[in-house]
Formats: sequence, C-alpha cells, structure tokens
Amino acid sequence: MNADELSVVIPSLPVGEWVDTAVDWLSSTFREVFRAVSDVVDILINGLIDLLLAVPTDLMIVLLALLGLLLRSWQFAVGAALALALVVAMGMWVPAMQTLAMVVVATVVAVLIAVPIGILAARSRVVSNLVRPVLDFMQTMPAFVYLIPAIFFFGIGYVPGLFATILFALPPGVRLTELGIRQVDAETVEAGQAFGATPRQILRGIQVPLAVPTIMAGINQVIMLALSMAVIAGMVGADGLGKKVVESISTINIGLGAEAGLSVVVLAIYLDRLTASIGGSGAEKSLGAMIRRSKNRSVAQRATTGI
Amino acid sequence: MPAIEANGVFKIFGRRPERGVRALQQGKTRDDLRKQGLTAAVIDASFTVDPGEIFVVMGLSGSGKSTLIRTVNRLLDPTAGSVVIHGTDISSLDAAALRRVRREKISMVFQHFALLPHRTVGENAAYGLKVQGVNRADREARAEEALGMVGLGGWGASMPSELSGGMRQRVGLARALAAGTDIMLMDEAFSALDPLIRREMQDQLIDLQQRLDKTILFITHDLNEAMRLGDHIAMMRDGRIEQIGTAEEILNNPVNNYVAEFVQDVDRTRVLTAANVMEQPVAVLGSGAGPQAAHKLMREHQLPWLLVVNRDRTVHGLVWSSEVATAVREGQDGLPLYRDGLRFTTPDTTLNDLFVDAASSPAPLVVRDDDGHLVGVIPDVTLLTAMANGQPTGNGQTLESSPPGIPDSAMTGTEVPQ
Ligand SMILES: Nc1ncnc2c1ncn2[C@@H]1O[C@H](COP(=O)(O)OP(=O)(O)OP(=O)(O)O)[C@@H](O)[C@H]1O
Ligand SMILES: [Mg+2]
Repeated sequence: MNADELSVVIPSLPVGEWVDTAVDWLSSTFREVFRAVSDVVDILINGLIDLLLAVPTDLMIVLLALLGLLLRSWQFAVGAALALALVVAMGMWVPAMQTLAMVVVATVVAVLIAVPIGILAARSRVVSNLVRPVLDFMQTMPAFVYLIPAIFFFGIGYVPGLFATILFALPPGVRLTELGIRQVDAETVEAGQAFGATPRQILRGIQVPLAVPTIMAGINQVIMLALSMAVIAGMVGADGLGKKVVESISTINIGLGAEAGLSVVVLAIYLDRLTASIGGSGAEKSLGAMIRRSKNRSVAQRATTGI
Repeated sequence: MPAIEANGVFKIFGRRPERGVRALQQGKTRDDLRKQGLTAAVIDASFTVDPGEIFVVMGLSGSGKSTLIRTVNRLLDPTAGSVVIHGTDISSLDAAALRRVRREKISMVFQHFALLPHRTVGENAAYGLKVQGVNRADREARAEEALGMVGLGGWGASMPSELSGGMRQRVGLARALAAGTDIMLMDEAFSALDPLIRREMQDQLIDLQQRLDKTILFITHDLNEAMRLGDHIAMMRDGRIEQIGTAEEILNNPVNNYVAEFVQDVDRTRVLTAANVMEQPVAVLGSGAGPQAAHKLMREHQLPWLLVVNRDRTVHGLVWSSEVATAVREGQDGLPLYRDGLRFTTPDTTLNDLFVDAASSPAPLVVRDDDGHLVGVIPDVTLLTAMANGQPTGNGQTLESSPPGIPDSAMTGTEVPQ
C-alpha cells in the first residue's frame, strides 16, 4: 500500500532509510570500538560457559540445589535438582548452561546500567522525565527488531544476542529502582536530613537499603526478560536453548522443540523463585533466614536476660 | 541571644505559594486560599525561645505544628519570614553549612518516629553520632546510655519491628538525645506512650533540660502536657499563633474565646504551683522575742497565728494566738511553739501535691526555698480560692486579671515574650 493512497497532506517519510543510514554510519565509524567490545564480551561469555561446563554435571546440579536451599527451602532444592536432572536426561544440559551464562552476563550488565539510572531518575524530575519515554520505547519495540542492528554492530554469535538481550531487559530494572527509592517513607528520609546526613549518606544508608525489595523485584524481571530474549538470540547465532528452538522450527522437529522448550521453563522457574526469595517473599523457610532468625533470637535473649 | 527566633514565618503549600502570602497579608482568609489550591499551614508565626527553656507549641490536629517545627531546622523552607538559630539566619546557609548546624546544634524527634527499619535499635539511637563521624565504640556507648535514659537499656540489638509503638517512640527520643545537641525539636514526642511512662518521660525531660541545659521546642496537642512542660506555651490555631505565655498567663488571661475554651478543662491543680498562690505573711516574729511581743503583734494585725523566724529567715516554728494569750496570762518566758504539725513545701510544687499536707495540719503550709528560707505561706483558704478562681465559666467570658487569691507578688518571675 502506498502512503499517497492514505493521505493527500502527509508526505511519506523514509524513516527506515534514515535508521538504515544511521546504523551504517555507526557501524562503519565505530567499527574498531564494536570489534573491541565484541572481542572482550566474547571472551567473557565463553569463559563463563567453559567454567559452568567444566564443573561435572552432577556436582553442578548439587550446587544449584544447595543455592536453592540456602535462599529458599529444602522443598525447592529437591524440586530444582529433579528438574535439572530432567534437563540432563533430555540432553539439553550444554545448551542450558550456554543460555544460563548469557542470562547471567546480560543481567549483570543490565543491572549495572539500570540501577544507577533508576537512582538518578528517582532523585531528579528532569532525568525521570527524560528516561521514561526512552524506556517506553525500549519496552514496546518488538524484541526481534533489536537483533538487526546488533548483527550490524557485532556480527553473528553471542555478542549481538547479548546486546539485544541487555537492551530488552533493561527497562524494568530502571523503573523499579526509581519506584523503590521514591516509595521510601518521606519521614525516614527527613530523619536522615534532620541529623545532617549528606545526600550520599541518605542514599546509601536509607533509600537504597529500604528500596532493596523493590529493586530485587526489578532484577527478577530483568532476569526473566533476559531469559526470554536469550532464547530469541538463538536467531542471530548465539548457542544455547534458543538455537535449539530455532533449529526445531526450521526442521519442524516437534520433539526437539519440546525438549528445548521444557528446559527453558525449568531454567525460568528456577531463576524466578531464586531471585524472588532474595527480594524477601517466600524466603522464610530458607536456611539463610533460619540462621538469621536464630542469631536474632539469641541476641534478644541476651538482651532480656541482661536487664 | 535567643536559641531560636522565628520572625513572621509563613509556610504555604501549593503552586506559586508566594501569592498566598500576599493574599493573606491583604486580609484574605485561609479558606480563600484553599479555593486557589493553596494550603496555608503556618501563617505569620513569630516566637522566641531562650536558651535552656522548654517552649511548647500547642494546637489541634492540622493546626500547622509539624509544619512549623520543620521550618526551624529547614526541613521545609519558609515561604516567607526567617528562622534564626543562635544568631544565624538559617535560610542564608548553603547545604554544607546547614548540615553542620543540624549535626551540631539541632536534633529532632519525629511524630511518627521515622526510625530506620533495617537497622537495630542501637544503630538507630547512634545514627546522629554516625553522621557526625563519631567512632564506633564511642557512639555505641553513647547510644546505649541514651537508650538507658529512656528505659530501653539492653534493647540495642533488637530490630525496631520487634518493639511496641511506645518503645519505638522512645528509640526516636534516644536518637535525638544521643546526638547531644543543645536544641531538641520534639514533635509530639510522647504521643504514643501510655500515661505512666509518659509522666515518667515528662519528668525526665524536665530533669534533663535542667541538668544539661537543653533548649527544647516541644509540640503537643495535650494541654496538660503543655502546661506541665512548658516554660512558655504558644497556642496555635489554623496556622496562626493565637497566644504565647506561661502556663499561668494562658490559664488566667486567655486572649480570646478560643484559648479560653481550650483551657477550661485543664486541671489547674497540676499547673499552678505553690509559688503562684502563696502569700507573704503579714508579719513574722523574730525567734528571740517573747510571748508579750507575739501577743502585741497578733492583736495589731488580728492574726490567729504567727510564724517565728530565725535571723537567717529559716523557720523556727509557729504560735497560735490562743496559746500566746495563755502564756502571757500565766507569765511564761518562752514562746508556746507549735512545730510538729507544721508542713513545708517548695515554691515549684504543684497544687495537687499540696492537698494532703494542707489537710493534715491546722496550720498554713510554709513555703521554703531550697536553702530552707521562708518565701511564703499558703493558708487552706488560699489554696481553695486558687482552685475555684479563674475557671472560665463556660460562657466565653475572658478573664482580665489574676484571681483574687493570688497576690501580684506571686506572679513575679513570669514574663511575657512579645
Ligand atoms: N507536604 C504538604 N503538602 C501539602 N499540604 C501539607 C503538607 N504538609 C502539611 N500540609 C497541610 O498543612 C496543614 C498543617 O499540617 P501539619 O502536619 O503541620 O499539622 P499538625 O498540627 O502537625 O497536625 P497533627 O497534630 O495532626 O500532626 C494541614 O492542613 C496539612 O494538610
Ligand atoms: Mg503533626
């Protein structure tokens, strides 16, 4: 359909061409920069994958289950061990670890970018107003679209996948950090001010600690988005569960698709529950919480008997 | 130099609040402003707090007390007017200088406690010191000491969430005490305490203020508390300060119906002190004198009793006219001294603490200062008149002068800040 048929007053705009030109210009001008970034990130991610795979599979499952026990509950640990064993049984362990490595790297980078921006946005109306439309844009843009410039900048492989994943996963980290800090009780912040604390002391001693549950909810979201995007990143040649899914589509292999899909679900649930419990909810039965509680109790006992 | 001086402070919330100040100065009311979307929380408030006094701001909910106290340490910038702390206009300070004032000079107790929920009680109490840069050992010791003062010794390791509301409020109090500043701003600092502890805390505060010479700006909506604590009391209504005065002045000379109605339920016996109601004895007898001299003096002045006083104005005893008459008739040399039944009190004892003594003795109460010198007497009848007098009759009639039972001399030592 031609734009002329729709309107006689609105001229057609070659937006696509402009973006095209811009991406071309960027990728040629900063070729060396992109190359360097690409090399470094490639080394990092491959290193992490090698590390994850260097650990014997059985030991890795035990370690992941133990992490679950520490942060959540023994029931969760048992469930996680069984589910991860299923991934191994389906022959999906290697791609699962590749995907996990991507999620970890993407999340760390996204959080390192998102939290400071969120803090800035919470402290300044101007930053907040600038950042919000950008985030809206990033979140509503279809995820696949990020992949195209990523290929231009970084070629094929993990790096364009990570680039797109980070962009896609960033927004909730920023939003929930800003929200968390704005939500901190105004009088508590005033208490800091009233005793002469500097803005920095208030941020580090009061606002950030009290915003942690909300920030953790944001990080949880970042991880989930990173996982979904890491799967899509299979389309630009990033190894992992995503690549298996893409493979299964192109060969119309239902079995492979189901196995890869199930493995994604296992990873997703494991990561979700684990990070949710760091944020506070559902962690009452965790080993960590029990240790904390018993410590508090003994302190309280000392306090009461000390009177 | 006053510790705190507020000059024509306005605080108006809303967009472009300055226009509200102008409107109010042109005679517009608070309600007029509300129609423009402005809230006039504090209107033209001026007061002076001298070093070492407890200045109470008293008013109903929404009258602007919390807003006013926040302008004193500039948690809120006044829309107009100025606040001067120890001679420094704090609105002129930059951020760093303001922080220094807050660290070194003014601490604050918050109405809703404002504790740090992720820190232990001990860390909360030490917060001000931490900000001041005091080392860990010192601040822990001072925090523990402050917690002890508010009756929370040994609770340092607990979390605020494990404490009751009243206990949390006391942690907020300890935090301000530990900071060790000369000036303390206390926004309804005792509101969550039960009556017993509240009474105890009030006594402690008075004691503390006298011992450490703190200047305290105290907010309350409890008039009895205001009267008990305040060297001066500011009565606030709808953002304006209606009257400033001592407890007695506000009780006995309310400036308008609002204040009068407010104070009518006050338990006067808890407010008025012996010094407020005592009388100067018409005559006293030197301890060297004999019955003859006593008899003469008592006949001259028509006295049923007479105090016998030593040369240094300590009280030797009292004589009754009937016994003096007998002694004169029988030609005795010594005075028929009455001493066992004599009851003594101090000038700042409140009336409610005088009744038992007054009732247990037929003689008047003798008021002595700390050195044991005679400063006045309170006959039973004076005590009763002091209670009965000056009560607003409920029809809004204002009272012009002190009650007849109280001689003017008793009111000296109280002065009105303009
Ligand atoms: N940040 C704010 N923004 C807008 N209006 C405010 C703000 N803070 C207070 N107000 C308004 O100012 C008025 C006075 O409030 P303030 O909190 O000073 O009253 P208060 O005397 O402390 O009452 P209480 O005894 O209930 O604590 C109220 O009408 C309140 O709604
Ligand atoms: Mg208040």
